[in-house]
Amino acid sequence: MQLTKQVPSPTGLLTILQNINFSLNNGDSLAIVGVSGSGKSTLLGLLAGLDVSTSGKVLFNDINLNTLDEDGRAKLRNQQVGFVFQSFQLLKNLTAIENVMLPLELAGIDAAQSIARQRLAEVGLDMRLSHYPNQLSGGEQQRVAIARAFVANPKILFADEPTGNLDHKTAKTIIDLIFKLNQEHGTTLVLVTHDQSIAEHCNHRLTLAGGEIMPEQ
Amino acid sequence: MKLLSLALLSFSRDWRAGEMRLISIAIIVAVTSLTSVSFFTDRVNQATETQATELLAADLVLESRQPIPVEIYQNATTFNLIQTNIISIRSMVVADEKIQMAEIKAVESGYPIRGILRISHNLFSNEKNTDQIPEPGTAWVDSRLFQLLNIAIGSQVQVGESQLSVSKIITYEPDRGGDMFNIAPRLLMNLSDIPATNLILPASRVEYRLLLGGDAAAISEFRENIQSGSGLRAQGIRDARPELRSALDRAEQFLGLAVLVSIALAGLAVAMSSQQYVIRHFDNCAILRCLGAQQNTILAIYIVQLLILSIGSSLIGCVLGYLAQMILTSMLAGMTNTVLPEASLYPVFHGMFAGIVTVMGFSLPQILRLRDVSPLRVLRRDLSPVPISGMSCYGAAIIALALLTPWQSGNLMLTIFSFLGIFLTAILLIIGALLLIQLLNRYRSRIGFTFRFGISNIVRRANLSVAQILGIGLGIMVMLLLTLVRTDLLDSWRNRLPDGTPNYFLINIQQEDVTRLTSYLESDNSTPTNLYPMTRARLSAINQEKIVVENIQNQETRRWASRGYNLTWSEDLPAANTITQGKWWEPSTAEDFQFSLEERMASELDVGINDTLTFLIAGREVTGKITSIRQVDWDSFNVNFFVVASPGSLENYPASFVTSLYIPPERKNFIIDVVKQFPSITVYDLDALITEVRKIMDQVVSTVEFVFGFTMLTGIIVLIAALQTTHNERTYESALLSSLGASRKQIRYGLIIEFLFIGLIAGFLAAFSATLVEILLAKYVFNMDVIIDYRIWLFAPLISASIIIIAGLVGTRHVLRTPPIVALRLG
Repeated sequence: MQLTKQVPSPTGLLTILQNINFSLNNGDSLAIVGVSGSGKSTLLGLLAGLDVSTSGKVLFNDINLNTLDEDGRAKLRNQQVGFVFQSFQLLKNLTAIENVMLPLELAGIDAAQSIARQRLAEVGLDMRLSHYPNQLSGGEQQRVAIARAFVANPKILFADEPTGNLDHKTAKTIIDLIFKLNQEHGTTLVLVTHDQSIAEHCNHRLTLAGGEIMPEQ
Repeated sequence: MKLLSLALLSFSRDWRAGEMRLISIAIIVAVTSLTSVSFFTDRVNQATETQATELLAADLVLESRQPIPVEIYQNATTFNLIQTNIISIRSMVVADEKIQMAEIKAVESGYPIRGILRISHNLFSNEKNTDQIPEPGTAWVDSRLFQLLNIAIGSQVQVGESQLSVSKIITYEPDRGGDMFNIAPRLLMNLSDIPATNLILPASRVEYRLLLGGDAAAISEFRENIQSGSGLRAQGIRDARPELRSALDRAEQFLGLAVLVSIALAGLAVAMSSQQYVIRHFDNCAILRCLGAQQNTILAIYIVQLLILSIGSSLIGCVLGYLAQMILTSMLAGMTNTVLPEASLYPVFHGMFAGIVTVMGFSLPQILRLRDVSPLRVLRRDLSPVPISGMSCYGAAIIALALLTPWQSGNLMLTIFSFLGIFLTAILLIIGALLLIQLLNRYRSRIGFTFRFGISNIVRRANLSVAQILGIGLGIMVMLLLTLVRTDLLDSWRNRLPDGTPNYFLINIQQEDVTRLTSYLESDNSTPTNLYPMTRARLSAINQEKIVVENIQNQETRRWASRGYNLTWSEDLPAANTITQGKWWEPSTAEDFQFSLEERMASELDVGINDTLTFLIAGREVTGKITSIRQVDWDSFNVNFFVVASPGSLENYPASFVTSLYIPPERKNFIIDVVKQFPSITVYDLDALITEVRKIMDQVVSTVEFVFGFTMLTGIIVLIAALQTTHNERTYESALLSSLGASRKQIRYGLIIEFLFIGLIAGFLAAFSATLVEILLAKYVFNMDVIIDYRIWLFAPLISASIIIIAGLVGTRHVLRTPPIVALRLG
């Protein structure tokens, strides 16, 4: 609500986002679109609690993220939020299954290994459990990231340009997988993209330009 | 000029950005370590050189255990040489209830021929030069004896059977025993007072010295003239090497080793930091290339920058080294009895050279990569120059070290051994670290997230982890080794001494005093060990062949053939002696003139059973057959002899008696009574000797530890360099973990686990390699039983882990503070 984000710059404060005001219901899917530098990723960071706004509030199930400290937000992310990033963001020193187990282990869940194995099977990687990220193709890495995103049954999934680093064919497979799992798990989806065809899969769209929401055309 | 201004501009920008700071700090610490030692040894060596003639107080000194023969004086007169006599003897000096062993030196007018005496009229008052010597009936003492005896100017002291009045304090004595590290306090008296002291009796341990002065040619001619067969030891300027400097010599070797390890570790830190520096500069170089800069221009800019950095850092290191050297000198205060001269500029050149060579040798292979940056990188960031191979980096590093090491130690063999030692220890640490890391990796899936995260960090960055283990491991290993060796030496000595081990030696006991002394001691229940007769002798022939010392090539054999011996005779095999060859004489079958030799002496002289030895005793020759070889436990503190003769063989020669006894510390005053009752007996206080030796050892060890502190510091710099290398990666990972819900506590725990295991491995390997080297040293160098201290296996890993965890958490504090949004940006 009335979100603003400013950062210091050599010429003074630079406003990256302003007057951002919208709400989203459980199970909805939202595409945030806009040109490069329009503030898409910054908005995603604020919504996911990865960063804090300069003013305004982000309410998640009536919890104001700005009132939580970094560890409080981390706990919330662990229990209720999943992420898929453009560049996969897998830990290079962990195997595929260890990457997927991470959110469960952070939450202290005992059966982490069997749940992670099951999620990797759902994304078709049950034969790649012990592979390290550098031993997997781009598409496979993103599937590991998707398995990791859904492993702790998050209430909301944030995806930042999830197909940005993939070829057209693989990108389609990944998008289909995200939407399929999203439906199966009843997750709310917030997706940043500049690809209109992907945005059209979502039931809401929000266009950013110069850090502000553009009215629907 | 343009190139220089470009380089300066680039340097100031990089410096402000903090990119070169770690290289600079590594060089500052290494150069500080090197120059502190270099300044210190430079001052000591200068003192030795300038004092070469003064150390003798003459141009030539003739020494003998017997009075100097009259013909020598006549001979010296024909060469127009100035002459003066000195008699030195160790004896107890008594003042009221205080007693102290001192080096007594009796001199006559004309002393010293070279150098000058300095005295003061009271303790710590201004000193002045003097050409006088103590008047008859007076004594001059050094400040140490003055304080130990708690006397005042004018006090009476008893020397032998004489009372002397203390009239001056000696502040400087040119020929103070010919060394700078003499430990006995001193008393100077007039030669004419010596007879009255009754200290000089047959078989007393007296040293007669004739000091001679004259022009170099006359001295040299005279020396040749008296050289052969005189039984005198000649000491000229060229022989004036301080003999008791061995403790410091050894310390210098240790210090050289510490410096070498510091430089090697600094080199490692420079190599790691410069690799990161170069990677960060690929983009800049690509843009410069794109704008038309030639390859060599780029290279020149960076080389000039490195030169500026290395010269500046080395200069700072030299200044800090000079300050550190002052601390070193103060740590050895009391060991040197001379004021050290100011240091020369040589260590500065040494430090500058070392600093520049280390920076260039370890960073140039990386910097050369910048020349190969393709201008196309501006379009395709993945285009990086080919990484250099480990071997080429290694080669440059080895050349850099090889250039530095001989200069550092000044001894080629020592250099080779030190270098090999460090190299092998490093290899051992690397192999050990890799094996342990593999072992950890095997078990990582069985434990929780924080452990897995920490361990997987170690495993994935195995090379960097090994570098950290190497840096800290080497530092801790050298520290441990030093502690272990010192403890071993002291403990093995102390532990072997059972309660009641003799703590006093009584020597110079005359035949007529034996009965009275024995009953005096018995009246006090102080039972001495056996009383042994003792006579001074010199070896003159082996198997009837006359010994010509000059013809003996082997230095050690020459020493054994020319030294004086104390011969004793005994019916029974002395305690703490074991026969290893031949057999001990039976009283009934004793033939005339049989000898039993200590095994080392037999081996050095290359003689065995049935060989004959001829000794010169008070001008008469005595020949006998060797019938047994003995092993002697010298550490038993009993009276021991190299040569024991069969009973009856030497009884007609002048002899004194010697014994050792134990007097409990609380009854120490009893020994004062003994000295008063028997003034001609010389008492050696072994407790005081052991305390002095320990004090010197502790002083030397603390200087070595001080310099090893720098080694430890460079080890920590390697650790920080390795952390800096992974800073971006760690920031990214921590932000990513945070985005997945990890709390800062969980991330911190993961890092602590990583540092903990690196520390444990480094400490464990350091303990292992230190113990290994300790065993080798004990076996091959010190010839003693090794006492393995198992506590180091606990303490070394704990200390090492604590250092690494603290340094690691400080080094990664920014990682934990970075908000997780960075993951999106960096990814």
